[in-house]
Amino acid sequence: MSDAVVVARGVGKVFGTDTDRVEALRGIDLQIARGEFISLIGPSGCGKSTLLRLIGDLLQPSAGELVVNGKPPRQARLDRDYGIVFQQPTLLDWRTVRANVELPLEIMGVAREERAARAEEMLALVQLAEFADHHPWQLSGGMQQRVAIARALGFRPALLLMDEPFGALDEMTRELMQQELLRIWTETETTVVFVTHSIPEAVFLSTRVVVMSPRPGRISAVIDVPLAHPRDVETRESDDYYRLITEVREALRRGETGEGRR
Amino acid sequence: MTDASADVVATTSRWSPRVRRIMGFLGVLVVVVVIWELYKVVGKALGGVVPGTELRLRPPPDDRIMPHTWDVVLQLFRPVRRNGELTVLLLGKAALFTLREAFVGFVVGGLVGFGLGVAFVRSTLAERAFMPYVVASQTVPIIAIAPMVVVWGGKLDIPQWLSVAIIAAYLTFFPVTINTVRGLRSPAPTAMEMMRSYAASPSQVLWKLQVPAALPYIFTALKVSATASVIGAIVGELPAGFRDGLARALLEFSQQFNAEKLLAAILMSAIAGILFVGIVTWFEHRLVAAAHRQE
Repeated sequence: MSDAVVVARGVGKVFGTDTDRVEALRGIDLQIARGEFISLIGPSGCGKSTLLRLIGDLLQPSAGELVVNGKPPRQARLDRDYGIVFQQPTLLDWRTVRANVELPLEIMGVAREERAARAEEMLALVQLAEFADHHPWQLSGGMQQRVAIARALGFRPALLLMDEPFGALDEMTRELMQQELLRIWTETETTVVFVTHSIPEAVFLSTRVVVMSPRPGRISAVIDVPLAHPRDVETRESDDYYRLITEVREALRRGETGEGRR
Repeated sequence: MTDASADVVATTSRWSPRVRRIMGFLGVLVVVVVIWELYKVVGKALGGVVPGTELRLRPPPDDRIMPHTWDVVLQLFRPVRRNGELTVLLLGKAALFTLREAFVGFVVGGLVGFGLGVAFVRSTLAERAFMPYVVASQTVPIIAIAPMVVVWGGKLDIPQWLSVAIIAAYLTFFPVTINTVRGLRSPAPTAMEMMRSYAASPSQVLWKLQVPAALPYIFTALKVSATASVIGAIVGELPAGFRDGLARALLEFSQQFNAEKLLAAILMSAIAGILFVGIVTWFEHRLVAAAHRQE
């Protein structure tokens, strides 16, 4: 409780007017401890991306209490306590890779030399140092996402929010990127909240998987993933891995049909 | 991907893209000249009427109304009047005179257009309140407004050429406003969310995200505005009664019913416009194309 990066109590979100209400989230109770890797998984429209955006103060809750890094989400955003990565890399085409990574640091008013040093460091972390002076369109989709991750971590936030970041990549690149992300997570000791559609991805990456049910989105199950680190190709072929995938799949199905709701 | 296919064409042809562009331009020019002269030849052979009817061919193919293309070019190198200077010199100076007014109007109109665009994106209220008037301003015929502007300018003791520049600015600002608004709104929603996640101030979002994203749109508008400002300057010169400037030359030659001189003047006006757009395009390549090559 004391070292919880995210605490949600009874969080709800409603969109729209009185006549046209859409209840995206209802009664979300969740605690995320420092250093965890949490996946949010559920069918389309279950509110997982909405929940991510509530944590990031890109949306405001309609009900309940949400504390991020010990503060209200708005303060956490103003203090730049989190970095965010979307499904599209959203890199600025008119800037080089290096200048893209420096963008948040520029906005925060970090001095030029320090900005350059941090950018070098982050690009080395994602193994793209040789591409620092390229432009985004010269890179593949996977490489662009790595730049987006470097950018999100450049200012060393406590929390990393990711909204299906590998959704637009092919399967093989996806698996490589998952491996990369785990390495980065271990090296930077960031807490990660990761939204995904993919059950194997959720199990491979996470310390815990939060299974959500269809609209109105609720948490139908939270499943521990006690697989050992470091996780690699062997993990993907282990019995425990498959067992956990089945467990998550069944939790999803139960959530959809309404049995065993939390 | 058009870029990739353009590269394929370039490598299979033995001429560089630049040479091919120039050849294409000259080719079209030759075709236009051939069509012009062919029309004259055939028209004269037909006796100036549509075959089988009494209808006269329009435009009439006779040399007074439709001079030979080479006569128009030759006129440029003849004196504009007895003991006068060469036509091309007169028209060249007139074009420069008009271009100066057009350029000032272009810069003023461009800045005003950009400013309005930024204001409209910052405040939807401002956009809803003022956009209808902005649009309406463009539907009023410039020929009606130009004399008024010149008269008011005179009352306010503004130099006449500045009044003409204002008229040029009037025709310039609208495309820039519309395209600025479009361009400032072009970034994806996730790009705006990303800026919000960095707690960027509105002016940081404007200058680091929206304006660079808007540059291709703004330059497109500036190319339109370049030609519009030349037209505005010419229209503005008419009520101002300038001796110098293209308007006076065009008016005089048309009153003399001299087709060669008139067409020569039109040719020079066109060249002025082309040069102006060429300069804007050069700036565009320097500022925009390098960064936005994907689009």
